Formats: sequence, C-alpha cells, structure tokens
Amino acid sequence: MLSCKDATKLVSQKQDAQLSLMQRISLRLHLMMCSGCKNYERQIDVIHKACRRISGSDD
Amino acid sequence: MRVIDHESQQTLNTGAHPVDIPFLLTRGYNRLCFILFGPAMDTDPSANWMQEAELADLRHDLLRFVRLQLRDDAAMAEDIVQEALVAAYTNRDKFSGRAQVKTWVFSILRNKIVDYFRTNSRRPEQSLTRDDGSEAEINELFDDKGHWNKGLQPKKWGDPESSLENQQFWEIFEICLNGMNEATARVFGMRELLGLETAEICQQLDMSENNCWVVLHRARAKLRLCLEHKWIGAESC
Repeated sequence: MLSCKDATKLVSQKQDAQLSLMQRISLRLHLMMCSGCKNYERQIDVIHKACRRISGSDD
Repeated sequence: MRVIDHESQQTLNTGAHPVDIPFLLTRGYNRLCFILFGPAMDTDPSANWMQEAELADLRHDLLRFVRLQLRDDAAMAEDIVQEALVAAYTNRDKFSGRAQVKTWVFSILRNKIVDYFRTNSRRPEQSLTRDDGSEAEINELFDDKGHWNKGLQPKKWGDPESSLENQQFWEIFEICLNGMNEATARVFGMRELLGLETAEICQQLDMSENNCWVVLHRARAKLRLCLEHKWIGAESC
C-alpha cells in the first residue's frame, strides 16, 4: 500500500513522465481513499495551470 | 504560403499573399518610430497592431515571465522582451488577432531564454541537487509511516479557476516562485515555464533524470506549501 509521502512523489512525477502501470494503479487506488492526497493532486494541477498561464498559454 | 520563422522555430500561416522580404526590410523606419515614439507614429494605418495600453499589459506579462527566470539580469530581461516585441511588430501582418500575437511573442521569448541558458552556459552556482532544507520541511508533513501528520494534510483550495483570476493570487504566486533557490528555480522554470522535457533539462544541466524528478518534486511541494500558507491563509482572513 502506497504511503501519502510516496503518493505525493508520484503525483509530481506524473507531470513529467509516464508512470508504470503498477504505479498508476496504486496511485489511483490511494487517491480514491485519501482526501489529503487528492487535494494535493488538485493543487499541483493548479500550480501547473498557473505556470502555463504565466507562460502565455491559457489551457 | 507557409513561412518558417527561424527565430521562433514556428511555422506561420501568412495567408494567400507571399511575403515580400524587401518590403518588410524597408519597414525599419516604422519599427524605429515604434520603438521611440510608440504606435502613434506608425505610418501604416491598416496595421493590425495593439493600442498603447494593450501593449503595456503585454510587455508587463512578458517581462514578468522573463524576470522569473533571469533573476539577476534585469537589463538582459528588458532586452529580450524588446527584441521579441520588435520581431512581433515586424511580422504583425501575419497575425489574425491579438491572441495569436501573444502566443507568438511568448514562443519567441521561450526560445530566447533557452538560448540564453545554453549559450552562456549559465549554470546556477549552487549544486542542482543539494537539499536547501526543503527536504526536512516536506518530511515534517508526514509521520514515520509516511502518512500526513494530523492537521497538516492539504486542504481544499476552493475553486482553482477563480484563484487564477485573482490579482492577489498572482502576487503571492510570484513571491513564492521567487522564494525558490536559484538551482531549484532553474530546473522548475525549464520544466514548467519553458515546457522542456526532463530528458533535455538533464542533458543541459548534466544531471540524471531521477535527480531531476527529485528536484521537481521538492520544488512543487515547497511551492504548494508556500501558496497554502500565504494564499489560503490570506483568503480565509
């Protein structure tokens, strides 16, 4: 079972690389059950979107 | 007709008419007038160009984008922005709207910054993978088993879209980005602001892909913490 600490690493890595099937499944299961990590994932996404916006892209 | 613009590495659709290069070159005077006196002196009334206020807004966004990455070189940042704007102005007939101009100028800027980093071999002086204390700060969020410590798990931020429309969010976002140490900011900027793949970043900065991910994870985690403290704290006040 993935710990929250490991889950946050995978959430970040997912932005930069293709995760393995095993990593994808374990992250998905973890996020279904953990609201803290789910919020973390959303926030990393906000940061990504903010970076896109500041770089002149609106998507 | 399609023209490859070497500066921006972009293919531009110029419409039905071929571009008359000598004609573009004779526009040097227009260009100079524009730089010195602004668009009011433009002698071509049909030009698809911006009003002064729009230009000022765009320039502000461009400069902010460059300054986040070239922190210690304000003069160079100004130069890069000016060159990009002049290039856009010179090519203004090719654009069908302002959104297109903006996209194009930003892509020129990205290429210029990448070149600047590459040609000046301006590597950050700090070690790229050295922990600046972030690791401990991040570790404190978790207990021995790697679960969130009580009260420290990420909370809901509300509607992200409305945050991105909020001026205060952007001020805090900039403060938090500028709070990153130079080495971390370089890796993070190359990935998230310039949009380079990690493989290219590793190659340029001579680091392993694994180290790259570690640095990026640390950067994001710390940026998130900074936003949570400053932005969410400010919002609930």
